[in-house]
Amino acid sequence: MSIPDLTALWLTLRLATVTTILLLLIGTPLAWWLSQTKSRAKPFLEAVVALPLVLPPTVLGFYLLVAMSPNAPLGRVWMLATGDTLSFSFAGLVLGSMIYSLPFMVQPLQTAFETTGKSAMEAAASLGAAPIDAFFSVAAPLAARGFLTASVLSFAHTLGEFGVVLMIGGNIPDRTRVVSIEIYEHVETLNYSDANALSIILIGFSFIVLTAVYTFNRKQAVHVS
Amino acid sequence: MCWIVFRHFSKILLLWRGVLLFVLLGVTATAERAHIAVASNFKPAVEELKRSFEEQTGHEIIISSGSTAKLYSQIRFGAPFDVFLSADHLHPQQLADENLAIRNSAATYAIGRLTLWSRSVEIANISELADTSIRRIAIATPLGAPYGVAAQEMLAYNGLDATVSDKLVVGESIGQAFAFVHSGNADIGIVSLSLVLQLNEGERGYRWDVPDGSYSPIEQQAILLLKGANNEAAETFLAYLISPEARDIIESYGYTTP
Repeated sequence: MSIPDLTALWLTLRLATVTTILLLLIGTPLAWWLSQTKSRAKPFLEAVVALPLVLPPTVLGFYLLVAMSPNAPLGRVWMLATGDTLSFSFAGLVLGSMIYSLPFMVQPLQTAFETTGKSAMEAAASLGAAPIDAFFSVAAPLAARGFLTASVLSFAHTLGEFGVVLMIGGNIPDRTRVVSIEIYEHVETLNYSDANALSIILIGFSFIVLTAVYTFNRKQAVHVS
Repeated sequence: MCWIVFRHFSKILLLWRGVLLFVLLGVTATAERAHIAVASNFKPAVEELKRSFEEQTGHEIIISSGSTAKLYSQIRFGAPFDVFLSADHLHPQQLADENLAIRNSAATYAIGRLTLWSRSVEIANISELADTSIRRIAIATPLGAPYGVAAQEMLAYNGLDATVSDKLVVGESIGQAFAFVHSGNADIGIVSLSLVLQLNEGERGYRWDVPDGSYSPIEQQAILLLKGANNEAAETFLAYLISPEARDIIESYGYTTP
């Protein structure tokens, strides 16, 4: 087995990292709001967040392709701002991945906030902490496991992304040709040895990451109890 | 409770008798069914061929379309296709070499043509591809898709391959490259003429047909697959494909015929 070109693998890791960080920034307030709100809009918002779980990637890919076209408002604004199309770009993939992996970030966080947030926040408030301070010094640390699970799942889910990228990526080396696309192309062109090598790397990597998370979660659980 | 179960049971029994009758009738009738794998550029044409073929013969045609390379590898892994309409001659020959297709059944049914196609930019000359106003050029993947191979050859022939390589966006089939242009995401596509001609006049935008000779002829071959060897519908369809009537239809979709 020869060593395959790893460009696509690095690109995928970059995509998953950027996506996870941005999702943390957006998903945390969203999950917090969902965990605390008594609004009637909550079930609707929860449904919207969960949609990417049940929709086929083709639905997402199709609408993204339409929305990113310079004929559409989003695509036009992007084009004016950057001089480049949003489709076939790394930024485009990040946007697609963020939507695609949104439930994997929000749902574990929401669960974590719901189970640990309330009473602790009330205690912090009674001690005079401002809500933001209370969130960062009390609720967030208590939800550390939730953050870890959410980040790892979002990261891993983005690694495994295929359909959306196939539809909006354009297969450009070092920009949109992620590892799943590269493997697909190797299979199409009967280059099974490279497809195999990349797949094994991906399986090994994913296995190690998931095992690490489960191990960490178990240790944490022992400490807590 | 028991009674309900019994009632349902008798209903199921009735249903089964219906199915059995249907199957028996199906077997005794002469009409057969052929499953055809077709390269995505030829899909619009094959839909029309299917209609007139089914009307004339009573046989039934099922169509699966995709990139030539994907269909080829699916056939290698036992996909249930009877006939393969490839977008080139290499893949059918390879299947024959691998004893998965009947070699002497291979026939060129269409010769594909490349065109530069845009919905927004008028193209008068091939060198305009290098122009900075053209940001994205869609092609099919040169790894495996025959129209992608031809597009790459054509770019190299015109000395443009290095200049425009940064602008290329690659579809997994010519159908996807076409969709990139149609949806406005790519400015220009190097696509098959047939896909442009299937559009309504108002949607066709601008095109510049690439002169023959700047790329190897795209000889689209059909071949009978091993699975279809004793399928009358499959054999009849292959014969129909090179009939004068079929040729007229094929030419109306922007191909030439041998």
